[in-house]
Amino acid sequence: MRGSSPRMMALSMTKTTRPKLVTALLLAPAALFFVFLLLVPLTVVLIFSFGERAPAGGYLPAFTLQNYMDLPARGKAFFNTLTLAPLGTLLTAIFAFPMAYFLAVKVSPRWRVAMLILVMAPFWTSQLLRYYAWMIILGNKGLPSWLAIVGITDVRIINTPWAVLIGAVYGFLPLMVPPIYVSLEKLDKRLLEASADLGATPTRTFFQVTLPLALPGVATGSMLVFILLMGDYILPQFLGGGKVFFIGNALVDLFLQSRNWPFGAAVSVALVAIMFVTIYFYMRFVLSKTDTRRAALV
Amino acid sequence: MTKHPDHISASKFLDELRRFQKGSVTRRHFLGVTGLGLATAVLSTAMPGLRPRKAYAGLSGTLNVTTWPNYFSQENYDNFTKQTGVNINVNVFGSNEEMLAKLQAGSTGWDVLVPTNYTISTYKNLDLIEPLDLKLFPSYDPAAQDPRFLGPGTIDGVTYAVPKDWGTTGFIVNTKMTTENPTSWKEFFALTQGPLSGKATVQDYQLTTIGSAAKALGYGFNTVDKAELAEVEKLLVATKPHLFAITSDYQPPMRNGDAAMAMCWTTDAAQLNRDMPEMSYRLGTDGGEIWVDHYAVIKGAPNRDAAYAFLDFILTPDINAKEIEAHGTPTTDARVLKLLPESILKNPILYPAADQLSALEYGAAETLTNPDRAELMARFKSA
Repeated sequence: MRGSSPRMMALSMTKTTRPKLVTALLLAPAALFFVFLLLVPLTVVLIFSFGERAPAGGYLPAFTLQNYMDLPARGKAFFNTLTLAPLGTLLTAIFAFPMAYFLAVKVSPRWRVAMLILVMAPFWTSQLLRYYAWMIILGNKGLPSWLAIVGITDVRIINTPWAVLIGAVYGFLPLMVPPIYVSLEKLDKRLLEASADLGATPTRTFFQVTLPLALPGVATGSMLVFILLMGDYILPQFLGGGKVFFIGNALVDLFLQSRNWPFGAAVSVALVAIMFVTIYFYMRFVLSKTDTRRAALV
Repeated sequence: MTKHPDHISASKFLDELRRFQKGSVTRRHFLGVTGLGLATAVLSTAMPGLRPRKAYAGLSGTLNVTTWPNYFSQENYDNFTKQTGVNINVNVFGSNEEMLAKLQAGSTGWDVLVPTNYTISTYKNLDLIEPLDLKLFPSYDPAAQDPRFLGPGTIDGVTYAVPKDWGTTGFIVNTKMTTENPTSWKEFFALTQGPLSGKATVQDYQLTTIGSAAKALGYGFNTVDKAELAEVEKLLVATKPHLFAITSDYQPPMRNGDAAMAMCWTTDAAQLNRDMPEMSYRLGTDGGEIWVDHYAVIKGAPNRDAAYAFLDFILTPDINAKEIEAHGTPTTDARVLKLLPESILKNPILYPAADQLSALEYGAAETLTNPDRAELMARFKSA
């Protein structure tokens, strides 16, 4: 019995269980967060989506597919979101890339940090305040009145899809620049020299060397912006004037105005499903393009 | 505190008394300059029966007041905190529907609510507000209220809410931007689809937008008739491409010159007209909305005692008068009217002639919960 005294057994047990315990403890906060703030609410939303609207608004338990059949009534909102969110993401990426390239390649390291901070600076003021500013810039005493001076009259920007796209680029640029910057900064500059030595024009070097190597950053930044744009409602509300209607606006109306929670839940489920499918195929596409760089998404 | 002289001559006293009687100074000013206020205060401490606001003793914590934007006097709220030790936390909302949605979702922690007339019966039926104990806020005097404002807050003889302010929903026209002179909702929608295309806004609010469109078609403001609502939807959807915006925050585009005409509430109209005299407010000759906002106490309010103390404080005429001067919305209390300066009382936007009001209607409770109206508004917005 010497070798297996209770004390020895306890000792050997702690030796093998401790790492597991530590792992479990380290994972616990994330797991609890995931379960209680994501899975549980999603389940509630799913259950609600099969219910009925209570007479004074709210939720009445039931099992009906009617809410899903009513989804076409929000077709325009889905259409607006599914066209303007990808377009806004693309435009943001197009504007962000040269900025990130400039920061990572051209700017001297002395100024780099200061410049990066400047990219982030807009985040220090409230988003609402910045959209109010854009309402004035895009309103008829702003940009259109300057265009009128050079003879282009009757331009309407505010409360059109264009205003929403401008707002998207402005609002989400600070989220798009850093991931692209990180990809470009890691880029081995000797590859660019090698490409030039081997006779490639700068354009060809860009498309065959720089861009593919920066793709993970572009993909990550685009994902961030796309997901936020898909669920946004403040931007279309402010710069679209209630006339450019996103799914986010439909949800706010359904939960806060008409208080049709079950239909709102069905719209949410549809939105989550669309996002899931879109992101799945997008990631597959990106990973196939970057093949061996699966792990290096930034 | 302003410094008052410690004595006043007899003739000066009589002058001040005349000024007070004529209504050119407030009671507060009169009591202040004559020293009567101080005298009363000293006397009343010696006579417990006269001691004011004894109900304010023993209060603490925070009072959650849920109301509309720019709808209170910060000075009054600060004074309430000074007198009672109760901090006021103000929650601001954009629509009655939104307030109801939050209350239906549960555990808001709110104490005092500012609901509009047509929502009160629903709050009562859903057991969300309590019958008011009028003894707990003696400063409220039903006899001083215009009887037409007392209806919505009283259900089966029980008072569930007391009037705060009233107003109308009409439309405002920037007369520098157009020579058109619309006087009815019919003309409002016709102009929007015609000469003022791209320059008009309607509110992001089912009650007024659907109601006013219904009036333009000759239906009732509160219609829930399916055939009539279908016609309303046709009108609204046909108007939508011509609208500058669907928004309840129409002061910026009106001030900015983006919009020339907007569906508009009394308070915004008064503020716009004060700063820009070319802003002309009209009530539809074919009808429209008259509304009364109320104070109500949430059932199970966490700080119920403070809620009643607050009602007693805020409904005290001279304090209420300061509220009106701060936000500019017409008062329902005749005692407060006497304390207001002529510039407010003579403002036709705030106090329109009685015959202009006769065509207006209260919103009906049914419009708040009616699923057809809610869905119509949503379809109009997403069209």
